[in-house]
Amino acid sequence: MPKFTLNGKEVQFTEGQTIIQAAANAGVDIPHFCWHPSLSVSGNCRVCMVEVERIPKLVIACSTIAAEGMVVNTRSEKTLAARNAVMEFLLINHPLDCPICDEAGECKLQDYAYKYSAGESRFTEEKNNKKKRVALGPAVMFDGERCISCSRCIRFCDEIAGKNQLTLVKRGDRVTITTFPGKELDNPYSLNVTDICPVGALTNRDFRFNSRVWDMSSTKTICSGCSRGCNTDVWVRSNEILRITPRSNPDVNNFWMCDEGRLKTFRNVNAEDRVSGPQVRREGKLQKVTWDEAYSAAGELKSYTKEDIAFIGSPEATVEDNYLLVKFAKSVFGIKHLSMLDHSVTGSGDEILIREDKSPNAVGAKMAGIASENDELDFAGILNGIKNGKIRALYILEDSKLSEYPQLIELLSKLDFLVVHAVNYSPLTKYANIVFPAASYTEKNGVWVNFQGRAQRIRPAITTHETDRSIDGMSMSRLDKFGTKFDSWGNVNKVEARPSWKIIAGLMTIFGHKQKFSMAEEVFREMSDIIPAFKGENYDKIGESGAFIAGKPTAI
Amino acid sequence: MSGTVPKKRLKDLSFWQKIYVPEIIKGLSQTLKQMFQPSFTMEYPEVKFDPPASYRGRPVLVQEENGIERCVACGLCSRVCPALAIEVQAGETEREKERYPEKFEINMLRCIFCGLCEEVCPEEAIVMSKDYEIVFTNRADALYGKDKLLTPIAKLQDRINFLRQYKG
Repeated sequence: MPKFTLNGKEVQFTEGQTIIQAAANAGVDIPHFCWHPSLSVSGNCRVCMVEVERIPKLVIACSTIAAEGMVVNTRSEKTLAARNAVMEFLLINHPLDCPICDEAGECKLQDYAYKYSAGESRFTEEKNNKKKRVALGPAVMFDGERCISCSRCIRFCDEIAGKNQLTLVKRGDRVTITTFPGKELDNPYSLNVTDICPVGALTNRDFRFNSRVWDMSSTKTICSGCSRGCNTDVWVRSNEILRITPRSNPDVNNFWMCDEGRLKTFRNVNAEDRVSGPQVRREGKLQKVTWDEAYSAAGELKSYTKEDIAFIGSPEATVEDNYLLVKFAKSVFGIKHLSMLDHSVTGSGDEILIREDKSPNAVGAKMAGIASENDELDFAGILNGIKNGKIRALYILEDSKLSEYPQLIELLSKLDFLVVHAVNYSPLTKYANIVFPAASYTEKNGVWVNFQGRAQRIRPAITTHETDRSIDGMSMSRLDKFGTKFDSWGNVNKVEARPSWKIIAGLMTIFGHKQKFSMAEEVFREMSDIIPAFKGENYDKIGESGAFIAGKPTAI
Repeated sequence: MSGTVPKKRLKDLSFWQKIYVPEIIKGLSQTLKQMFQPSFTMEYPEVKFDPPASYRGRPVLVQEENGIERCVACGLCSRVCPALAIEVQAGETEREKERYPEKFEINMLRCIFCGLCEEVCPEEAIVMSKDYEIVFTNRADALYGKDKLLTPIAKLQDRINFLRQYKG
């Protein structure tokens, strides 16, 4: 491997790497605005200038290819002076908007102003005025004054989203970003520009002014929108999800996620119609009961045999949930009527990230034993069975798409007994004899397997009645750490819900099959002993970026 | 070092001090003199204390003459508050300053009157008032919302002048 000298140290690099990449690999961060590891090099911000021996002028590290024997200094006096000059230049027309700017706290310009700027400006004239609050599209708001014209957003639209929707117009200090006349920034990935914008010029209209970034906690988890399983951070304040941002994973989603996943996958968690507390239908009405009462009421399932009961798993639940459902069905009833709904929407996928399968865990649920080849009836078969009266009892795991499936809903009244795990109230809960409140995907630990066969961890970001941020090791903001129940921000909304595996484990006790699980991890441990696909896997190994457990990685 | 050093009085008492009587007379005459001086005590609450501009009473929000608050809900006061007394929820308006506090709440049970919120405020929007009479009988009443916090700028001119003279 070729070597070059960086700040007096010899470092290795691969042929063709630029100085900024080689330095990043060696752990030296060179400041940059316009350079992004996944976008083409434009080299217009000039803040990455470094000194290279025998080159009379400073060079920009983002577009200079590293060469054998090069001597690079990123901390020389000349470099620091140049950086300061670039910062002073960029700040000439950048408004002092930080108090009202959403980017404050995660702003590159703000950070670099602290790190690399002397903090003094010789510019005493008036800053120029540009258009503020321009809605570039349905999801993105643009502030012309804050823009430093790095062109990251333009390159993102051109190169990643594949839609040439943004461009720079005018020159000099009048340069600004705009859409083409009559067009909008409305590609399905438009909100990624708010993440890569190094300043607060592009902001998320949905999240705008909702919260300061330092008031929220962030939890590393997975998007539930489709079978891609984009790695995400869920941002929470006062136990409410305020935004979701993509988390970098080169094997799955790189740096990106789609707007649909970002904006829609947490609505049902924050919704008013969350099911809270177990409920049993008495005299035609659902009544809140204790967990034990609900379990013994569900004991009525005993009066059904494997011939007239069916189970519906969920590609939205974790592998642990589905595994215990399979275990419950097989060990208690020995049944074969076990299936789930396919969430695929033909033609809804694209070549970038979005997949046709709108569930995050269809592969994992199958691995856990749902809809396997040994099953007697598939999903349509179960529906048929209900129709001709063969199947009289149904047990359904949480699945939001089932309630939008009219073929099933119209048959529910034919059933004698219906048990539903539900996150939100739905047509299913209207017919249910017993409703178990299921924890949503942001309230539990577990594993999902994406379409590539990659097992990825989901983690709890918000608390239920049964979880506690500090005891359960969840991420905490300052407000979580020091709040009390007497503070309006400490006195948060919580639902009384349990992860489905826990509900089923509790239910199995009623049927004389006591389970000793107290954590999702223990369920997974048992699975890794029994199911070949999960062999040798554990939560630590899956970690933050996931692990391939089947098949081979497909290109993204 | 040497061992014990004999204790030495700073000053030995004189003869007159030792007999004590003149000192008593001195003290009593001082008392008698004070009895005919004007009273120093304030008859609170009939008479109210008017604090100087440097006084740190409860923090309030400055309300401009047009009735709009100066606050842009940046949340710096909330961040700097060592007692976590301040809660701010920003909202969007059509005005030129696009951000305003939808909710601004100070928990007066938490407030320690340190004045850091005032010091950090980039808009001179939260200042320490002269109000020291803070009374409530339950926790809910201790949460001062915008209704109690917004104070016309005319009433705060004293403090603002003080800040402009000494702050920063």
